[in-house]
Amino acid sequence: MHPSIKESILEKKDEIVEQWLEEIEQFRYEDYLQNISDSVYRSTNREFVDKIFETVDLCSDDVYERISQYSERLIQLGWPLNYITRGLQSFRQITVETLSNTGDNYCYDIEFYQEIESWIDNLINALVSDYSGSWENTVFSQKMALKELSAPLIPVFDEICVMPLIGTIDSERAKLIMENLLEGVIENRAQVVLIDITGVPVVDTMVAHHIIQAAEAVRLVGAECILVGIRPEIAQTVVNLGIDLGKFSTKSTLKKGMATALKMTDREIVDLASK
Amino acid sequence: MQVQTRVDIHSEWGIVAARQAGRKLAKEIGFGSVDQARITTAISELARNIYLYANQGEISIEEVASAGKRGMKVVASDRGPGIKDVRSVMEDGFTTSGGLGAGLPGVKRLMDDFDIDSEEEEGTTIISIKWLR
Ligand SMILES: Nc1ncnc2c1ncn2[C@@H]1O[C@H](COP(=O)(O)OP(=O)(O)OP(=O)(O)O)[C@@H](O)[C@H]1O
Ligand SMILES: [Mg+2]
Repeated sequence: MHPSIKESILEKKDEIVEQWLEEIEQFRYEDYLQNISDSVYRSTNREFVDKIFETVDLCSDDVYERISQYSERLIQLGWPLNYITRGLQSFRQITVETLSNTGDNYCYDIEFYQEIESWIDNLINALVSDYSGSWENTVFSQKMALKELSAPLIPVFDEICVMPLIGTIDSERAKLIMENLLEGVIENRAQVVLIDITGVPVVDTMVAHHIIQAAEAVRLVGAECILVGIRPEIAQTVVNLGIDLGKFSTKSTLKKGMATALKMTDREIVDLASK
Repeated sequence: MQVQTRVDIHSEWGIVAARQAGRKLAKEIGFGSVDQARITTAISELARNIYLYANQGEISIEEVASAGKRGMKVVASDRGPGIKDVRSVMEDGFTTSGGLGAGLPGVKRLMDDFDIDSEEEEGTTIISIKWLR
């Protein structure tokens, strides 16, 4: 930044800061920051404006470095990005206005505006990039977490496993269901697998197709599938779609399916008290 | 009151979003749980066809009224490759993607009114309505 511009900015610092703190108060109520206490709010804004001034003559790489610790804190506090970009925009406006009011000659220079623009743009870029990085991390770890609870195969008795499916089945999950099913059947030496779709909100042709394919694959490795948890409205839509589930066994509830599975493996549940 | 909701379909998330919007409106209009499931499933089929065959397009849903009847209209439109032979895609089991080929004939059965308009290399628009009874 041009030394004379920097000098004038620093000279007017107090005036700019005071105006900006006043201006930014207005955003507070629009931007869901009401839950933050007054003292944290004030000190964070204070720190924010100090950081802005610290970066006045840094090049963009140094800006990233200087700001990263601070942005991490903002992210943890849950400070909305929107508030920050608006804050920086109003800071830019106030700075330009304040300096224009001095009537100095350089204010008529396009260079003057460009310097201030690029200073604030660097800051916005650094903050936006930190924020989006943290969102990407969050999305990534949630995706991993979701994948883990995606399609568990649970051995419940010797030779009997249950796969409860909950939530939407997209193509990625459908692949996982197939993999876990086949691996698990072999690993647990299962004879019967109960696939429970109580928690699947929509059974359309794609979901039905994947279930049919999974059941056929399970048959190929020497076990049987029973589809359970078919809610009445799902039964009706599947019939409307013209999908034939008659080829493999279906039961309305997991409980009934379990009784069938035990029978298929030559066992039953007996009530000891009645004997 | 007649507000239209549009959902862009360009990923599998769009399919889920369209379904959720559809279920919400169907419930608001007063459809029972079986019809809610029918409408939601129909939307799922139409949205997935858009995603699979046209890459992108949109689903729009709205409440409609005619001759004292109330209902829900679902419009699926895209500017994809279009359908060459509309009659054959309406047959059960016809598929070009190794699917079940049950989607479009299924939607026709799930809904009450069904109208398909498709022009090769122009795109496809499917209008369907479920009436409340
Ligand atoms: N929006 C579209 N644009 C272009 N072609 C389409 C569109 N929708 C459907 N088609 C064509 O119509 C065929 C039949 O569609 P339909 O939904 O009935 O079955 P499918 O998608 O092949 O399988 P399923 O829906 O049972 O999983 C598709 O294979 C595809 O070739
Ligand atoms: Mg289809």
